[in-house]
Amino acid sequence: MHPAPSVIIFTTLSGLGFGLLFWLGLDSTPPTGMVAFAFFVIAYALSVGGLLASTFHLGRPERAWRALSQWRTSWLSREGICAVAALLVMAVYAAALVFAGVHLAPLGWIGALLSLGTVFTTSMIYTQLATIPRWNSPLTPALFLSLSLAGGALLSGRVTLGLSLLLLAGLVQLAWWMRGDRAFAQSGTDLGTATGLGDRGTVRSLAPPHTSPNYLMREFIFVIGRKHAQKLRIIGFVLMIVLPVLLLALSFSHWLAALAVLCHIAGVAVCRWLFFAEAEHTVGLYYGMR
Amino acid sequence: MTDLPAQTTRKLGLVIDLDTCVGCHACVISCKGWNTENYGAPLSDQRPYGDEPMGTFLNRIHSYEVQPDTGPAQTIHFPKSCLHCENAPCVTVCPTGASYKRSEDGIVLVNEDHCIGCGLCAWACPYGARELDQAEGVMKKCTLCVDRIYNENLPEEDREPACVRTCPAGARHFGDFADPNSAVSQLVEKRGGIDLMPELGTAPVNKYLPPRAKDRWDDESLLAPLLTPVAKEPSGFLSWLDKALDKLPGGSA
Repeated sequence: MHPAPSVIIFTTLSGLGFGLLFWLGLDSTPPTGMVAFAFFVIAYALSVGGLLASTFHLGRPERAWRALSQWRTSWLSREGICAVAALLVMAVYAAALVFAGVHLAPLGWIGALLSLGTVFTTSMIYTQLATIPRWNSPLTPALFLSLSLAGGALLSGRVTLGLSLLLLAGLVQLAWWMRGDRAFAQSGTDLGTATGLGDRGTVRSLAPPHTSPNYLMREFIFVIGRKHAQKLRIIGFVLMIVLPVLLLALSFSHWLAALAVLCHIAGVAVCRWLFFAEAEHTVGLYYGMR
Repeated sequence: MTDLPAQTTRKLGLVIDLDTCVGCHACVISCKGWNTENYGAPLSDQRPYGDEPMGTFLNRIHSYEVQPDTGPAQTIHFPKSCLHCENAPCVTVCPTGASYKRSEDGIVLVNEDHCIGCGLCAWACPYGARELDQAEGVMKKCTLCVDRIYNENLPEEDREPACVRTCPAGARHFGDFADPNSAVSQLVEKRGGIDLMPELGTAPVNKYLPPRAKDRWDDESLLAPLLTPVAKEPSGFLSWLDKALDKLPGGSA
């Protein structure tokens, strides 16, 4: 799959932003006043910034509001509704904390649930696609949710919780890669079933429909990024999990924690780039590629 | 809503005969022509005379080689367009309701005024039947020439999809698969029509007719019994010539 920067920025930043909102909403002794203001500004900058970035890959962004209508079947629509609802509920919760110093706990719980729901529905957009076996697994929501919770815990200054959630997210990421590398072969789909000619012999693409790449090939067949996939996996994993864990375990200071958060964000972005770049779509089969 | 209809009154679709298709791409051209000038946004081209030309097509022809365990390989031309699936995954993922499957005839269409061009339907389609038009920013797909098949301004013989109308080999057939007696249903039954990627559960309406078995190198001709030599041994002048040539030095074959 083509790794569109807008979608990578969106899933990386929004995941963190809604993760932070989740912990702020659950907090039994949340910050108030200017401290609360700073936390919520960061959370909203990340989540809203990510959502805005995601509209850049639309062909017709001015119609984006229509995406809120098809919640009955569409995970993308459900994501939009969850995101808007989470942001609205948390805005009231945040305003009460910042301006009145009042803690509306039940509102925070609802907001936290909606924030987590946003991350879950985002992950389901990818998970639901049987056309991309690497994504088509319950491990995909587990990966998105664990990363969002770990990142949110880091941003909200929950060091011990953040540490264990980071380790959990790391394990899920490793399991996701191990499963993903075998997923296409195990799906049973190949050029034989794609053409229905597999039972008569070995099928090979002889001539593509056009002499230069088309939309389908640009969107679904992204081979360049796979060259350095293993190196990027190591770089991404070290940045996303290993360095933050070491920095946090070392000793706590605000500078080290900030560095841990920046490492984590960079690592998530690298892994999210791989999430797209390494994903193979069944359409590639028709072109004799993956 | 992007719910799929529980069932459709008719199931309009295509039968594509892989035995007959000669890979001439005439259907690609007629499709592009008709659908650029008619229903919805035109099918744009990018850099048509420049480097890496690119454009929106609703129908593309691949060519494959099938190599059996023994015997010669076979070349098969393979037209591919929207299969108007009964369980169309492209419809249910649509966040705006722009994609829909018609309950009256099963045609899968895009309402281009509601499409936001997110591309998710193209991701959900295993066949590559949907292409995001780079000029309009909306999703384009085969409409089964919905503006031809019901068009009473056209002569009756033209009320079928442009690709079917133009195919010089008769490799494309259009009809109603809900009617077991229709020509397309009969073709599928007689020739063992197949689904593409049946394991994905999309239940395509369009069917492909597999190529018929081809001649083999060691097949005997039907006329072979009629061609057996009448005389095993030469006689008369040929017999004398045979013996005379045998006597010359150099031996015989």
